[in-house]
Amino acid sequence: MTAETLLLLTILVPLGAVIGIVALGHSPNLREAVSLTASLVLIYLTVSLYKITGAGAAVSWEGLHILPGLVLFFSIEPLGMLFSLIGSFLWLITTIYSIGYMRGHQEKNQTRFYICFAIAISSVMGISYAGNLFTLFIFYEILTLSTYPLVTHAGTEKAKLGGRVYLGILLTTSILFLLLAIIGTWYIAGTVDFHPGGIFDQSHTLAAAVLLPLYVFGIGKAAIMPFHRWLPAAMVAPTPVSALLHAVAVVKAGVFSVLKICTYIFGFDMLNRLPTTNFLLYLAGASVIIASLVAMKQDNLKARLAYSTVSQLSYITVGALLANSAGALGGAMHIGMHAFGKITLFFCAGAIMVATHKTEISDMRGLGRRMPVTMTAFFIGSLSIIGLPPCGGTWSKWYLMIGTIEADKLILMVVLMVSSLLNIAYLLPIPIKGFLYPDPDDKKGLRQVKEAPLPSLVALSLTSVGCIVLFIYPQPLYELGTYFLEAAGVHGR
Amino acid sequence: MIDHLPILQVIVPLLGAPLCLIVRSPRAVGLFALLTSTITFLVSCLLLQQVLLHGTIAYELGGWAAPWGIEYRIDYLNSYLLLLVSAMGAIVLVASQTSIDRELPRSRHMLFYTAYLLCLTGLLGILCTGDAFNVFVFLEISALSSYTLIALGNDRRALTASYQYLIMGTIGATFIIIGVGLMYMMTGTLNMYDLAQRLPEVHNSKTVLSAIGFFIVGVCLKLALFPLHLWLPNAYAFAPSIATAFLAATSTKVAVYVLIRFIFSVVGPEFANTVLPLQEIFVVLGISGIFATSISAIYQLNIKRLFAYSSVAQIGYMILALAIGTPLGLTATLLHLFNHALMKAALFLAIGAVVYRVGSSQLSHFAGLGRQMPWTMAALVAGGLSLIGVPLTVGFVSKWYLVLALLENGWWPLTVLVLFSSLLAVIYVWRIVEWVYFASPRIFIEEVKDPPLSQLVPIYVLVFANFYFGIDTSLTVGVSKRAAEALFGGIFL
Repeated sequence: MTAETLLLLTILVPLGAVIGIVALGHSPNLREAVSLTASLVLIYLTVSLYKITGAGAAVSWEGLHILPGLVLFFSIEPLGMLFSLIGSFLWLITTIYSIGYMRGHQEKNQTRFYICFAIAISSVMGISYAGNLFTLFIFYEILTLSTYPLVTHAGTEKAKLGGRVYLGILLTTSILFLLLAIIGTWYIAGTVDFHPGGIFDQSHTLAAAVLLPLYVFGIGKAAIMPFHRWLPAAMVAPTPVSALLHAVAVVKAGVFSVLKICTYIFGFDMLNRLPTTNFLLYLAGASVIIASLVAMKQDNLKARLAYSTVSQLSYITVGALLANSAGALGGAMHIGMHAFGKITLFFCAGAIMVATHKTEISDMRGLGRRMPVTMTAFFIGSLSIIGLPPCGGTWSKWYLMIGTIEADKLILMVVLMVSSLLNIAYLLPIPIKGFLYPDPDDKKGLRQVKEAPLPSLVALSLTSVGCIVLFIYPQPLYELGTYFLEAAGVHGR
Repeated sequence: MIDHLPILQVIVPLLGAPLCLIVRSPRAVGLFALLTSTITFLVSCLLLQQVLLHGTIAYELGGWAAPWGIEYRIDYLNSYLLLLVSAMGAIVLVASQTSIDRELPRSRHMLFYTAYLLCLTGLLGILCTGDAFNVFVFLEISALSSYTLIALGNDRRALTASYQYLIMGTIGATFIIIGVGLMYMMTGTLNMYDLAQRLPEVHNSKTVLSAIGFFIVGVCLKLALFPLHLWLPNAYAFAPSIATAFLAATSTKVAVYVLIRFIFSVVGPEFANTVLPLQEIFVVLGISGIFATSISAIYQLNIKRLFAYSSVAQIGYMILALAIGTPLGLTATLLHLFNHALMKAALFLAIGAVVYRVGSSQLSHFAGLGRQMPWTMAALVAGGLSLIGVPLTVGFVSKWYLVLALLENGWWPLTVLVLFSSLLAVIYVWRIVEWVYFASPRIFIEEVKDPPLSQLVPIYVLVFANFYFGIDTSLTVGVSKRAAEALFGGIFL
């Protein structure tokens, strides 16, 4: 198979899985087998592409001239490679987890759930490999629309309202700002292709200064305040959706786009010249702190995690807007590190929900005795989010800090440090109280272990181990990050 | 044979109409009308092919030389619209075979098909002819037959709606004939080509100015430009569903064509935009129409009315793009003309299918239909997405060109307003989605299921077209661009 075929297959395999899922919808076991097989194939495809591109080959595919000058264009570069690797790998784990969760929770309409999930993954692949803004936009919108039925899966009034906020904010920002920015870019620069070092030249500075905020706000999936409300609203979705899509795929598609646009459309030289960069940088910084503060006040576990995600996403936005190599490297690595950490936390939240039907943090005291594996995983995931050894989150935060120093923005360094403290304050009490406090429901002290269904347990163990592995062995992420800097025309470290 | 295509285009449905009265049998008359419109469609395909190969075709009716006899002239612009109108005429008739059984007594089927074919004749005639008076004649043929079509609706309010349309339409027609009469008085010719030659000599006379004024206001009444649109919502809401689908896809489009033809080919764009304040008027009416009617659409309780208001809003987009006064703007108008016909035909046929099964187009009767009529509702959502302008649908192509044309002129505020207005479309489309998928069925009727294939197939042909022409735009963009450039190049017909 040629590399081009592999590239197209990454997008087509999840779509092909949809047909299998529909056809076998009557038999849950076969249906899930389709999802599992598709995700295994997808991992094989992305890893093959990783090897090919790692060897220095450029892989791209161009076709479908939609409008004159505007084509569907895919081109693999290291950042996209990183994102697609994470996406495909975590899809497998989430599918395993979903099998336990969806059946344990007796959810309805599971076929629809797996269909939409597969379409969402397909569009994530499309976003990863998009070679121009136009292609990126197409898959960005498909991702929004395909996740809407997942958010409103329960079909209740609350789900409907959550879906309204979700779609309202994501479509509003993308149509009003992002589309305008893309058409504006096309009009000013005459191209929407991603290009190392950016596509604007000196004479476009003023226009670029207007376009940058349009992009940053337009990519609502990056959830920079004040356009973050959709993420907590999306928490009405079943937990596997919150885990993969609203901790990894959808939100990372957002920050991935921000990072990519900052490097391949604007370029760091241009960013450093723009008068609007600083404003956005501090807004992202404010987002980091405010979201952390809001997270502290949430008693619902998923809501707390959602606000934590809002805060962590702004780390990556900060990294992109710092416009130096360490910031971008930290941002790129954080896409991976945060993915593993946050998905673990969501998996745990879902496991707790399935096993004990508890959603509020105040009810979770003493839970560590009943669900030791889950709570341990939660502890590890928290450490990674906070950025403490021995977890992967340490490294990305490290480079982000260096980035703030290089850019001489000490305030932002303080922001990152304060945020770490706040992370400790809102995450660690949960496992600590879980292990150290007595269980109010277990008065006799039986200490019976009652964990979530096995597939879910396997999944959350895998991702929490992943957090630790990424501390010891962060090379793949680091290498892809440095390749990304080279590809983007920034001097690597 | 090939030489006589222009007249065949009009004569085939014209002869078919009275023959319907002879056929009489309800079953046979439907098939006969379908056959007639299919032949008409094939003629228009050949015609477009001829124009693309050999350029403009001039045809002298009855062999009388041009300024004395009636001349038909087919160029890019009208061959493209002929294809659209005849295609819609044929596709909609496929669905009519079963749909009107439910909405019309069998004794009236032949009347319906007679009026339908006459209406088609009128619309095609307007497009073919190069004679100003002939435009009026065909306009009246199409108008009178559409009054009949609307009055055939089984709701008694159809009669008042038809009467309302009759009054407004007659005022419009009178204005048009006054305009044509005054121009004849000043120039002594009715042939558009001649008019274009001779009008500049008498440009500064007040008679010509008032002639142009009368003509344009008359046409704007016909094309339902805000605030002259009041006849349209009721007419669309109470007409038989098939008639609504046909009229929504074609009749206002043809009126927009008359406006374009008159401004560009007869009056000349420079004169229209310098001496007359047309640009200002059209921009203001266009944008205020978009907002006023989109907001009205949000509050409608009947889906036919909802989309009727949305149609008026879409006319606003076309007029706004026309007002930009550049080839790119005109391209956007022509594209949206075509694309909007595809969307509305698909939407109204899907609504027709609901009326067929449920007997009503009230929003509340759509409750829970997502389960009962999954294919029809999926088509409705697809049409809605196209209306919103999601990438890969035709709506996106239209929007892209409109925004690009606005940016080219530096009209930033209008650009933002246009993008903002598409969010209103999100609201009214999503209101339907929520009723369809989240509300529980109002009355549980066992028989409610997807309509027979004779309706589902045309619906899906149109839905497919919505996506196909959103991905492969070579035909639509290519022809629109050439037509727009030809009109601006002063190449008459």
